[in-house]
Parts: sequence; structure tokens; C-alpha cells
Amino acid sequence: MQFFLEVLIGGLLSGVMYSLVALGFVLIFKASGVFNFAQGALVFLAALTTVGLMERGAPGWIAGLIAAILLGMAVLAVRKGRGAALGGRDWRKAGMFAAIAVGTILLIHKPLPFWGAVAVTLVFMVGVGVATERVVLRPLVNQPPISLFMATIGLTFFLEGLAQAMWGANVRGLDIGIPDEPIQWVMDRWGVLVSSFDLAGAGIAAVLVASLAVFFNKTRIGRALRAVADDHQAALAVGIPLKQIWAIVWAAAGFVALVAGLLWGARNGVQFALTFVALKALPVLILGGFESIAGAIVGGLIIGASEKLAEVYIGPMVGGGIESWFAYVVALLFLLVRPEGLFGEKHIDRV
Amino acid sequence: MLYREAGQFKATYAEDQQIFPIRQDRIAITALLLVAFLVIPFVASDYWLKAILIPFLIFSLAALGLNILTGYAGQLSLGTAGFMAVGAFAAYNFELRVEWMPILVSWALGGLAAALVGIVFGLPSLRIKGFYLAVATLAAQFFIVWALTKFPWFSNYSSSGVITTGKTEIFGYVFDSPREKYLLVLAIVVLMALAAKNMVRSETGRAWMAVRDMDVAAEVVGIRMMHTKLLAFAVSSFYCGVAGALYAYAYIGTVEPEGFNLDLSFRILFMIIIGGVGSILGSFLGAGFIILFPIFLNSYADPIAHALGIDLPPGMTSNLELMIFGALIIFFLAVEPHGLARLWQIGKEKLRLWPFPH
Repeated sequence: MQFFLEVLIGGLLSGVMYSLVALGFVLIFKASGVFNFAQGALVFLAALTTVGLMERGAPGWIAGLIAAILLGMAVLAVRKGRGAALGGRDWRKAGMFAAIAVGTILLIHKPLPFWGAVAVTLVFMVGVGVATERVVLRPLVNQPPISLFMATIGLTFFLEGLAQAMWGANVRGLDIGIPDEPIQWVMDRWGVLVSSFDLAGAGIAAVLVASLAVFFNKTRIGRALRAVADDHQAALAVGIPLKQIWAIVWAAAGFVALVAGLLWGARNGVQFALTFVALKALPVLILGGFESIAGAIVGGLIIGASEKLAEVYIGPMVGGGIESWFAYVVALLFLLVRPEGLFGEKHIDRV
Repeated sequence: MLYREAGQFKATYAEDQQIFPIRQDRIAITALLLVAFLVIPFVASDYWLKAILIPFLIFSLAALGLNILTGYAGQLSLGTAGFMAVGAFAAYNFELRVEWMPILVSWALGGLAAALVGIVFGLPSLRIKGFYLAVATLAAQFFIVWALTKFPWFSNYSSSGVITTGKTEIFGYVFDSPREKYLLVLAIVVLMALAAKNMVRSETGRAWMAVRDMDVAAEVVGIRMMHTKLLAFAVSSFYCGVAGALYAYAYIGTVEPEGFNLDLSFRILFMIIIGGVGSILGSFLGAGFIILFPIFLNSYADPIAHALGIDLPPGMTSNLELMIFGALIIFFLAVEPHGLARLWQIGKEKLRLWPFPH
């Protein structure tokens, strides 16, 4: 029984980590109806960027490239006929771009402390998110969802290549200051092993989910997001700036990817295998339903727990290693009963 | 001027229904086949045959299979490599365990085994659609590779899980050199492509396209959902399975389950995106592009970088390849969602009027 509890708790906690990745998918799907396959690549990119910045600062060529692009955008913002409102010169925007460009140059070959690296990575991920919206999604407006999905597979390849081109492909450790050892107190009390790292990860995920829920339900932008998700054209008609909203969502997905990347990177080491975490998040996603944050959490818990239990109790019967596909089978069986997932919206097709 | 169809009248139903109704197309395709069968084997070097032409044909076949499922029947699949693995390992086992089995039959049986597996993993498509289904097909990918690795029976208890295919012998004739293998693969691929071309313009193909365009409407007009969808999965997996068997026997020689990983599935998906979703020709164009592009990049990236005065660190080319690949996919989807096949079609339209556009 005690062993069962241990496995169950371990599974639930790792399930929370899956949810963290699944959250990134849900965010984008809710707001734009795009199934963003690149979330795993974003996680990998975020973790690798943080570690790389801590290790040796920004590599010269990429920082130079980014700074050049930013300066170009700053110039564009103040050129006549572009920029804010109707043809004004947007000095504020230009100033912001220029400041980030200068900051990027300053970062070259300067290792940063952990929090500095996280902050810079956050800015970088927001930039990647906004750029994705601009370069990938906007040209594909009005294409069928399947094309958008395939475009995000292309984006996955691009980001994986970019991450490794920037920082190299070595496996690196990441220490975020949370020890990975059993909590003595729980050990004494119930005799169950619970890792403090897993618990902290679950705590962070809980905070993140709560704040996202508040963001979606209570704030002005959150309401705009839901309106856009519901009907693009209607949202446009009532004056919601569609492009801005999508940029915000992709930036938020970048942020979630950063958090997930830090936790997963600290757990398993920062390496290419991080991208496979996203594949683990997919069954979570279809189990919980694409549109539901709650679904991502509950789905993560179910998948995490059942996967670990299956590995321990069913695994030995068939030779082990079933973790790679068991989650998919659970999700599939579930879908046969409820094709739209646990909390997904039921769509009625009309001819 | 060369591509005018004026004056070509169709007087019988047979003429109306032929695959290439325009005479110039017929001439072109005959010339292409003649070149492929009679000229290329004698002018191409062994390297070209072994490293480019044979994989090109095999991947075209796999892309054709995926195109039937995704492009014609509209069911997005991410498990193509899994079905190829089934074909390869099934063919290997038929060949190994049944003494008298002719190799062509065991390849076909490999395809049939893949078709059966495809039907099983296609069953969820009756209930779930779209992205949910795409994720479900990932289950096939992971499960098949896992099963082939975990049960040593499939690889005849070889310690590393790697199978080594025997020689390819048909009616006592051993297909040994790259040239012979190329001709064999070419013959199979041409036949199967012809079959696919005919299938997609038959009632079956029209039913697939109706399901793709709107399945509810298709059901309303009396298309049997289960029959149509499962047939698409079966036919598609059969093509992938035969491609897998050829991959093992005519191309690589020694394969392991891990070789049929998700990456391979994605590569084949990219082939049909770049080539053209829902086009037989597109499968070939896409496969050619995806095969040739890395070779092109590998041989030219370093010289170009040198000319610009940059030294590429080792491993950078493969990262660049990933990035350019990704960017190309996005570019194609944005600029030409129907792929290279559509460009070809536009070219033909232009050619019909050339050189007098009015």
C-alpha cells in the first residue's frame, strides 16, 4: 500500500509537470485555434537559452543579428508613414527597440547570474512569440487549421535548429536552487517518499494555473482573448485588435514554456530530449480537451498517475518500457467514450 | 504552341476516361518512363543509384501512401514510419520463416500486414477527428516501434534488435547490383503509382475526397463512413508497408526499429506538404526535394560559408539544415499551400497559351 501511494504521488507530481507543458498548447489553441506543435521546441529553446546565458553569455553573431534586426525595426518605426496611429512617428516604440538592441549587444560573452539569465530569456521568449505571430501566423490567416498545424511543425524544426545553433548540442545541468531529495517530514509521518523538487514544481504549476485562470476570466485582455477564440470576425467587428491579442498569447506561451523548461531542465538536464516532453503532453491534451486549462491539469494528473502505475504494475508483464506509449492508449480509450476530451467543447457539425 | 490540345477530340468513353487525356502528356510520360527504365540505369553512377535514386523512389512510395490518407481522405497521420516498420519487419519474417516464400510475395504480405495494423489504428478515426486523430496516430508510431523492440521474435532474437535482410532473388535471378535493385524498385513504384492514380479517380477516390471535404455531408449523401475511412487507412498503410519492405531490402539492408522513428514520419509528412497535398505527382516532387535538399546543403554550405569568410563549426550544417527546412515548410504553406505540384500545374496552364496569350 505504501509503495502504491509512493508511485501514485510520484505519478501525480510528474503529471503536474506534463500539465505545465500542456498549458502552453491550451493557451494558444484557446486564443487562435492553432494546435501549436512547437511548444516542445519552445520549452527546449527557453531552457537552453537560460543555461547558455548563465554559462557564457550571448554568442556574438546571434546577439549582433538580433540587435541589427531590432535597430532596423526601430528605424522603421520612426520612418514617415509607418509607426503608431495613422502615419505618426512612433518614438516610444523605436526607443524600446533600440534599448533592447543595446542591451543585447551588452550581453555578448558575459555570463549572467541565474535570475538575470531568466529575465533575459523571458524577453527573448516574448520576442520569439511575437515574431512567430508576425512571420508564421499572419501570412497563414484564413488557411485551414491543418495547414497552421503543419506550419508549427516547420516552426518546431526551425526552433530546434536555432536553439542548437546558438548554444550547441551538449547536455547541460541546470540548478534552480530547489533540492531534489525526499522530504523528511512526510517520510517520518507517513513513511512515503515525496521529492521536494516535485512538490515545488507542482506548487509553481499551481500558481501559474491560478494566475492564468484569473487572467483569462477577470482581466480585459483575458476577455478579449476568449472573444477572439470564440469568433475571430465577430471579435474584429467589436474592435478587438486581433493581431495584438495573438502576439500576447504567443508571448504568454513563451513564458509558460520558460517555466516548464526551467523545471524540466533542472529535473532531466537541458538536452534535446526536452523536446520529447511535448510529445508526452499531447495525450494530456487530448484527454483533457484542447480548450480547457482545467482539462490540462486534470488530464496531466490522470496521465501522470496511470503511466507510473502502469509502468510498475503492468510493465513487468510485457517487458517494461511501456511509458513511451501507454499515455496515448489511455487517452485513446478515453476518446472513444468522449471524443472531445474531458472538458473540451462539444462541436455540432452542420452541413 | 507545343502544348495545345486543340484538335484532340474525344470520340469514345474510353478516350474520355484515360489517365492522360492530352496527347502531349502521354508523350511526356512515356518519354519519362523510357528514360527512367532505359537511360538512367546506364548513365547514373552507383552512388547516384544507391544513395539518391533508390531512396527517392522508396520515399515517393511512402509519401504516396501518406498522401492517399492525408491528401485524399483528409485524415492527418503522424505514424507513417510505424507502418513502414511493420512492412519491413513483416516481410523479413515471412521471408525468414516460410522457406518457399517468393520475395515479391513476402513484400506484398508485408504491405498487407501493415494494412491490417493500419486498420486497427484507423479505428479511432470513426469516432474522433482532426487534431485529436493526429495525436491518436502518434500512438501507432510509438507502440509499433516499442513492440518491435521489445519482442525479440520480430527481429529473430538478434541481440541488437537489428535485422539484416537476405538477398533479393526472383525466379532464381539475384538482384544484387544497385542497377538491378533500382530497376526492380522502379517497376514496383511505377505500378503502384499507376494503381494509386486510378484509385483516386475511381468511386473510391471520390468517396475519400468527399469525406475529406466534409465528412458529415459525405455521410448524408450516403457514403459509408466506416468503409471509406478504414479503406483509406488500409490502402495507405499498404503503400507505406511496401515502401518499408523496399526500404529494408533494396535500400538499407540492415534496419532496426528505432530507424523508423517519429523523425521519419515527419520527413514523409514534409514531402507531401512541399510536393502537394492531394496529388500523386506531388508525392514524387516532394520526395525528390526532401532527398536532394540535404545533399545539396551538405555539399554547398561549407564552400559558401568559406566564400563569405565564415568558418562553420562542425555540426552547424545539420542545425542550419533543420532551420532551413523549418523555414521552407512555413514558406511553402504561406506562399503555395498546394505545393510543387500546383506550381507545375500553373506552369502547364501558362504553357497552353504560350507564346500567344490572346
